[in-house]
Order: sequence, then structure tokens, then C-alpha cells
Amino acid sequence: MALTHDAVLAGIKEIVEEVAGIPAASIEMGKNFTDDLDVDSLSMVEVVVAAEERFGVKIPDEQVTELKTVGDAVNFIVSQAK
Amino acid sequence: MSRRRVVVTGLGATTPLGGDVPTTWAHLIAGKSGVRTLPEEITSQLNVAIGAPVAVEPSEVMDRVEMRRLDRSEQFALIASREAWKDAGAPEIAKERLGVVIASGIGGVITLLDSYDTLKTKGARLVSPHTVPMLMPNGPAANVGLELGARAGVHTPVSACASGAEAVGYALEMIRTNRADIIVAGGVEAAIHALPMAGFASMKALSTRNDAPEKASRPYDLNRDGFVLGEGGGVLVLEEYEHAKARGAKIYAEIAGQGLTSDGYHIAAPDPEGSGVTRAIAIALADAGLTPRDIVHLNAHATSTPAGDVAEAMHFKKHSVAMLHMLQYLQPNQ
Repeated sequence: MALTHDAVLAGIKEIVEEVAGIPAASIEMGKNFTDDLDVDSLSMVEVVVAAEERFGVKIPDEQVTELKTVGDAVNFIVSQAK
Repeated sequence: MSRRRVVVTGLGATTPLGGDVPTTWAHLIAGKSGVRTLPEEITSQLNVAIGAPVAVEPSEVMDRVEMRRLDRSEQFALIASREAWKDAGAPEIAKERLGVVIASGIGGVITLLDSYDTLKTKGARLVSPHTVPMLMPNGPAANVGLELGARAGVHTPVSACASGAEAVGYALEMIRTNRADIIVAGGVEAAIHALPMAGFASMKALSTRNDAPEKASRPYDLNRDGFVLGEGGGVLVLEEYEHAKARGAKIYAEIAGQGLTSDGYHIAAPDPEGSGVTRAIAIALADAGLTPRDIVHLNAHATSTPAGDVAEAMHFKKHSVAMLHMLQYLQPNQ
């Protein structure tokens, strides 16, 4: 079953709140993980691993550096889950 | 130029007797014990069922997200340091003149062991990226240093039971030698876990007085049978005397001198004939410019192990004029 953007965004919000303590309400598609949400490099590793588990996708390390914003991550996960 | 003096201007602790200094002190003076029966999963394979966990779990005073990135020893360090820093009046100081020295005997051993369990059961991918900063012995000092922005140096002596005391000595020298004006100094330990417990039990070092936990730790008692593994953290704010005076700080005490020696005898047992303790006391007294007659309290190691207490007591009796002087205070009408 394909994942919707909304479902993945909701999941990412939960993960980022759990890992980095950032309120879900402040997490939006356009927000940059580093500059806007202050997710450091170690926490980003946790977010990626948690997202892989949750959505059943693989996010290669070389791809992680390309996922600058929440939207980048949501779009990549949706594209992989199809 | 006269030597820079060092005073204590802040206190912080989280211990088996209380989550802060006032509670810990009140319970200590009341003779309360922090020793209790440990959860079955820690002790099921051992003949030891008791320990001394902290009275207030870090989760009661710490944010969940902060906690998950910190080993338990680091949580203790932050809790005790926050209390000490606040008690000192959160002094204004250039960060280049502020240091941290927090010791640990074992470091983040619970993180190390739990992470190894994760590696074995779930695989390397699920080992947290925070694992190394959590398990390293300097993690407690590092996290306190980061919180305070300390830039004069962040250090971690590791010397078994003496680690915390050595941290205070290291901090003393940092201030004396003008590397810093304030040091947050202390010790932490969080090793109540099946593996360290099994190791200490294997050494026959732990008390097995499981039916009376509150009476298990009984240094110098005829029927002592070992120590009780506890956990917690204790932190002092140490400050250069003129600096403390200038800001009107509350001064608890002065650290007038220190003495450090080693026995060169055995990895765990004290040298029954050694002069290590005597030399350390002599060096500390000389450093402080005091004589044995000035001493009114001697804080012994007092492990409650059959061998350790004998060696220590014999040593004080045989060599230490300070101890003989103190014994006079124990006699009536003196």
C-alpha cells in the first residue's frame, strides 16, 4: 500500500518530536532539519533509522545528506514506498 | 605573590538518601540508610540482593528528550551540577576562566552493556549514534562543561574509589596555577547493573546481608561482610578566594591542601605495611601548612570490607598522629 504524503509527514513529526524534543506543531514540509529545527547530526541519524523502521524503506547514507528539509524526507520516503 | 587560595561556594548532590543536598544531609544526620533490595533482574544470578540506588530517579527532574541522550552517570552529573551552580549563585564569569573536573570510576557502563545487547539482538544499524558520548568516562564532565560553556578545561580523573576526591584535588591545582577562577568539581557513578554487580560479587567484595539491607554497610564493625554498591553524584563549586569574596559569595570551606600517593602493592588490596596513607596525610598537611593537632575530622575510606577496614584502622592507629589526636575527642571530659 502506497504511503501518502500526509501519513509520512505525520510519522516524521512524531519521530522528530521523540528524538529531538521539537514540538510536532512546528515541524512543516518547508523546515530545514539543521537550520530551522536544530536537529544535530547525531539526532539526524536517529531520525533516519526510526523512519526506515517505521515506513519499511531504505535511506542510503549518501541520500541522507540530500534530505535538507522535512519535505525532502517526506518526498523521498513516499517515492521509495511505492 | 602569595599562593591563590581555593574555597567551596556551592554544593550539589543526588544520592541514595536524597535528590539534593539538604535532603541527603538531613537523612544522613538522622541515621537513615539508602540501601534497599534491588530488582530481581539485576541480582537473580547473585548471592547479593541489595544496593543503594538514588532516592530520586532522574526522570522525576529531567526532560525526557534530554535524558535519552545521556547515560545515567551523565544525568547524575547534570542534576548535581545544576544544584551546586545555583547554590553558588550562578556566578558571572568569563567562560575562559571556568572549568569542570568530574570523575567517574567506571563511566557509562550501563550504556555500554545495553548497547551491546542492542547490537546482538537488533543489529548494528540500531546502535544509537549517542552511544560513544554516553559511555565515555569523561561524558559526565563533558556534558556539564557544555551546559555551562566552560572553556578553561574539562577533565576526568579515573582512579576507582578515589576518583571523586582526585577530581577535587585536580580542580584545586587548576585554580592555584591560575588556569581558572571557578571549577565545577565532583564525582559520579552509575553502575548498578547485573554485570558490574557480578564482578564485585565475584571479588567477594559485596555484603550479602540481604535480610537487613539498612544494616549491611557497617564499616569497622566486627560483623562487617563487604560494601554495598551505590550510585549517585556529588559536585562542588570551587572558587578562588578573592573572586568569591569580591562577589560576596557564601563560603562553606577552604581547600587548604592535598596529598596523593600510591601503594605500589596490589590491584585491589591495601598494603598492610605500606606508608601510602601516612605519606598522603603528611603531604596534605604540609601543603596546607597545618599540623596533626589542627585536625578535628578524618574522613576514612571505610569500605566495610573485612580486609580494607583492618588495614585502614591499623594504619591510622600505627602511623597517624592525627588519628591519635582525634581519639582524644572521643574520650569523656576532654
